[in-house]
Amino acid sequence: MKRVALLGMPNTGKSTLFNRLSGASARVGNWPGITVDLMSAKILLGGHIAELVDLPGLYDLHGFSDDEHVVRHFLSHHPVDLVLIILNSAQIDRQLSLALQIRALGLPAVLLLNMEDEAKRAGITIDAQAMSKQLGMPVRTISAKYGQGCPEALQLAAQTLLQQPNLVTPETIAGKLEMDNVIEQEMHQIIDRTVHFPIQLNHSLTDKLDKILLHPWLGLPLFLLSVFLLFQFIFTVGAPLQEGMAWLFDSLRSEVLEPALASLPDWLNGLLLDGLYTGFSTVAAFVPIIVLFFLVMSMVEDSGYLSRAAFLMDTLMAKMGLDGRGFVMMLMGFGCNVPALMGTRVMRSRPMRLLTMLTIPLSLCSARLQVFLFIIAILFPPSQAALVLFSLYMVSFGTIFITAILFKNKFASREPFVLELPPYRFPTPQQIWMRGWQEVKHFLARATKFIVIGVVMVWLLTHLPTTAVPASADTWAGSIGRFFAPVLDPIGIDTQLAIALIFGFVAKEIVVGSLAVIYGLQGDALSQQIAANIDWVQGMSFMLFTLIYTPCLSTIATLKSESKSSGFMWLSLAWSLGLAWIVSFLFYQSARALGY
Amino acid sequence: MHMHLDALKPGQSAIIDRIHAEQALSQRLSALGFRAGKKLEVIRQAAFNGPLHVRIGSTDVIIRLLDAKAIHVHLLSNQTESTTA
Repeated sequence: MKRVALLGMPNTGKSTLFNRLSGASARVGNWPGITVDLMSAKILLGGHIAELVDLPGLYDLHGFSDDEHVVRHFLSHHPVDLVLIILNSAQIDRQLSLALQIRALGLPAVLLLNMEDEAKRAGITIDAQAMSKQLGMPVRTISAKYGQGCPEALQLAAQTLLQQPNLVTPETIAGKLEMDNVIEQEMHQIIDRTVHFPIQLNHSLTDKLDKILLHPWLGLPLFLLSVFLLFQFIFTVGAPLQEGMAWLFDSLRSEVLEPALASLPDWLNGLLLDGLYTGFSTVAAFVPIIVLFFLVMSMVEDSGYLSRAAFLMDTLMAKMGLDGRGFVMMLMGFGCNVPALMGTRVMRSRPMRLLTMLTIPLSLCSARLQVFLFIIAILFPPSQAALVLFSLYMVSFGTIFITAILFKNKFASREPFVLELPPYRFPTPQQIWMRGWQEVKHFLARATKFIVIGVVMVWLLTHLPTTAVPASADTWAGSIGRFFAPVLDPIGIDTQLAIALIFGFVAKEIVVGSLAVIYGLQGDALSQQIAANIDWVQGMSFMLFTLIYTPCLSTIATLKSESKSSGFMWLSLAWSLGLAWIVSFLFYQSARALGY
Repeated sequence: MHMHLDALKPGQSAIIDRIHAEQALSQRLSALGFRAGKKLEVIRQAAFNGPLHVRIGSTDVIIRLLDAKAIHVHLLSNQTESTTA
C-alpha cells in the first residue's frame, strides 16, 4: 500500500483538508518511536487504496520543537511514497521554504496552495503553472474549507504516485536532513519571478476587527464579555432542550421499560432500572448542552480569536511566569484538559511547560460543566444561573493564577514569545459541525464507558450488604461516607455527595449519574430530593471542591505521560486536592459565619 | 536611526538590519519571515507594556518586548504613510 504524508505549516487548513480527504475513516495510528498521536486514514487514490498520514504542523523541517522533531523522525524512519504539502497562499512568500525543503530531500511531492480565497481578497495572485515549472513539482490551488480543487488535487497526487519508479529510502532522507541552507536563496528567486504582490496588502476587515478587539483597554473586557455571552447563549438555548430530553427518558421508563422488565427478579430490575438506566439517562440529558458547548468552542477556536486572546493576556501571564500560549491552552482546557495538556508541546522550555501543565487541570472542563449545570439548575433560580456558572469560571481562573504565582519560582523559565496572528476566519457551518461532532463523539465514547462501569459500582455500594436499606448508613457506601466524614463535614459535604466525589475522581462524567443512583431517583424527583437534602451553600461548596480537586483519571495519566515524571503527577494531584479542600473550607465556613 | 524593535512605537516602520538572538529564537524568527533587509511595521502594543503586534510582509506576528530587543532595525525616514508593502 502506498503511503502519502500530509505536511504543512500551522494555520494552513491542514486538518481541514485531512478531514475532508479522510471522511470518517480516520484513526489514531501507532508509529514506533513516535510519542504523538498521528491520525491516518485509508483513502482511494487513482483506483488504489493509499494510507494518508497527517503529520504535525511545522514551520521548518530544521526547527527544534517537538512537532518538528516528530516530522523529521517520521520521514527518516518510515518510507513515504508521496508528500502532500499544503501552504497558505496568502503567506506563500515565507511558506514556500517548506516545499523546497521537501524537494531537497528528494521526496516526490505535490504542492497544494490553500486559502486561495484569502489570497485573492488580499490582492495576491499566484501563477501556479509557472511555479510548478520552477519548482519541478505539481502545484494546485485548492480551498480545503469549501472543497474546491480537492478532487483535482487527489488526481494529481495519483498521477505523481504512478510516475515514481523507485522509493527514496528513509535512510537517504535521514542523511539529507543534515544539510541545507541553499534553500533560502532559491526561494527568494522563485518568489520574485512567479508571485506578484500588491503594493499595499488589503488586510482591511481583519484590521478593522483588530482595532476594536485588540484595543489596549477595551480588548480584555470585550473578550470576557464575549465569553460570558457565549455561556449565556449555551444556557438559554440548552436548558429547554435538556428538560425535553429528561422528559423523554422519564416517559420511556414509565411507558416502556417498567412494564417490560416487571417480570425480572427484584435485584436485577433494580440494577437495570435504578442503576444503569437512571444513571445513564441522567447523563444523556446533558448531551444537547455539551453539543452546543463544543459547537461554540470550535467556532471560537477556528476563528483566530484565540491568538488574539494570547496577545491580550500575555502581560498578565508573564507576571505568573507563563505566556499567552498558556492562556490559550487553559481556554482549550475548558473543553477537555487532556488535549490541552498535550497542546503544551509547543513550549520548548520544560519548566514553563510543567508550570502550564500544573495549571491546566484547574480549567473548568466540559465534564465538570455538566455537574455544575445539574447542581445549579436544582439550587439556584434561572435568573442567577448564568451568574453562578460565570463565577465558577472566575474561580477556575483564580486558582490557575494562584497556582502559577506560587509555583513560578520552582519552574522559572525564559522562553521567547513570538506567535503568528492569523487573519480572522469565518468557519463554514459544515466545518463547525464536523469539529463539534468529533468532540461530542469523543466525549460520549469516554462518558459511556466510565458511566456504565461507574453507575453499576455505585449501585452495588449503595445496595450491599443485602440486609441494609438501600442508600442508608448501613451500606458500604455509608461506611465510606463515615470514614471521610471528619474531613468532609467541615466543608459541608454529606455522605451522598462524598460517594459522588469518590467516583468523580475516575471521571466527572459519572458524578451526576451516580447521584441519581445514590438517591435511586431520576428527573424532577431527583432534583427535589437533592434540593431537600442540601442548601445552596453546601451545593456551592460541593461545586468548588468538584472544580478543583482533580479532573479525572485520563488527565492524571496524561500528566504523567506528558511530563514523563511520576513525581510531577503526584505534585499536581496533591496540590489540587489540598487547594480544593482549602477553598471549599474557606467558602463554607465563611458563608455559615455570615449566617447563610 | 539605528535601534531595536522594542523601541518602535505603534505606526512606525523600520528595516531589519540584523537579528542577534540565540539559535532557537533566531530560527523561529526566520521561519516567520524576519530577515535582514525586510521591512516591518509595528501595528499596536498590548496594555501594560505588553507584546508588540508587528506586520512583516503579509504575516502578522506578536512578539514580547524582550524578544523584540534581539532585532536590530533602522527607522524608515518617511513616517507619514504607515502602511506596509
